[in-house]
Amino acid sequence: MLENKPIYTIAVTGLNAIDSPGPGVAVIRALRDGLPKPLRIIGLSYETLEPGIYMHDLVDKTYQIPYPAAGTDNLLKRLQFINKKENIQLIIPNFDAELYGFIKLGPTLKSMGIATFLPTLEQFDARDKINLYQFGLKYGLTVPADKIIYSTQELYACAEAFGYPLVVKGKYYDAIIAYTMEQAEKAFYKLSAKWGMPIIVQQFITGTEINIAALGDGNGNAISIIPMRKLYITDKGKAWAGITLEDPALIDLAKTFMQATKWKGGCELEIMRTASGTPYIMEINPRFPAWIYLTAGAGQNQPAALAKMALGETIEPYTDYVVGKIFIRYSWDHITDVKEFQQISGFGEL
Amino acid sequence: MHLKKNIATSESGFIFNPSTGDSYSANPIAAEILLQLKEGSPIASIKTKILEQYDVSAAQLEKDWDDFSNQLIAANLLDN
Repeated sequence: MLENKPIYTIAVTGLNAIDSPGPGVAVIRALRDGLPKPLRIIGLSYETLEPGIYMHDLVDKTYQIPYPAAGTDNLLKRLQFINKKENIQLIIPNFDAELYGFIKLGPTLKSMGIATFLPTLEQFDARDKINLYQFGLKYGLTVPADKIIYSTQELYACAEAFGYPLVVKGKYYDAIIAYTMEQAEKAFYKLSAKWGMPIIVQQFITGTEINIAALGDGNGNAISIIPMRKLYITDKGKAWAGITLEDPALIDLAKTFMQATKWKGGCELEIMRTASGTPYIMEINPRFPAWIYLTAGAGQNQPAALAKMALGETIEPYTDYVVGKIFIRYSWDHITDVKEFQQISGFGEL
Repeated sequence: MHLKKNIATSESGFIFNPSTGDSYSANPIAAEILLQLKEGSPIASIKTKILEQYDVSAAQLEKDWDDFSNQLIAANLLDN
């Protein structure tokens, strides 16, 4: 009997296709569209109810992996176990919090025959929101002014420097717009209790919110750049619908970022374009965004291009994409059996 | 009054600005004017056609034309 042996076996994290979605399911769809078949996709999950675990038309097999807080040794042990069974050729991690571990394990994974395509730790740290202002100054990129603070007393200097409203941001996630000192103090306490210190206070920039998905080859070349404007935003600030844009200024901005940093891998630039047309970089996410499947829809399949480069192919930078391509996310009740839930809960694999 | 080159228009009156992602709906006569502007017709000849085809005075047309131009400027659809 003929064996249907996969050409590639790729492991992907971020299977939580929920209201604040991880990018994994979108990455897998793009890989299935853009890579030769048969393709075997291994899901790597953290929680038992990540929807991607149960989507068997997309994910062939899922294994739970330890949370980043458990350390890289535990992650490595688990990956060694999975790799013995699956012979993985590439891992695409999709969460900010897990990237540090995967970047650190990169050389070890390589010795196991597993490729990754990730930024260096220096690149990863430099674009961290705590360092973003200095990052902008260093590379000549327009970013909002900010102050890193450790006490509410320092809020007065922020208000003096930036005026109201102030954007008070947590170390990892969340941002609150404060119109008074009282609101700023409340935001400080709320965010520091949730995410720890320090707190970032940023100058408020008004304008149109635009996101750019980009893929760098690690040598300063932008392989793909797709700008998108959010058309429908959830109460968590996530894009529920978006449209591809044509704007040379945005493409140039992303190219400058890639050239300056020699970024390797996927990333998302969060941009605020002011009424005068100045694009401010508000944040740089060091991985593909959850709307990454739009890049495949627009003609530049970034996850597939990343996989090909990681596996040794040379990819020429894309030049064209379809402007006005829209994605509209939707929710869908996927029906499964308790046996499946029991399997992933009890045995850590499905 | 020049429509930006990349602005997409349709006969049904749908207008799409690919730089901003904004879209608009134009009524039939506005759609007709936009299509002619897109084809590069001179403003004077567009106005002449409107005066021939519709029951409107020259003064009223000028007033409406100015109003329409201001809307296009506000929507960032014209070249500076």
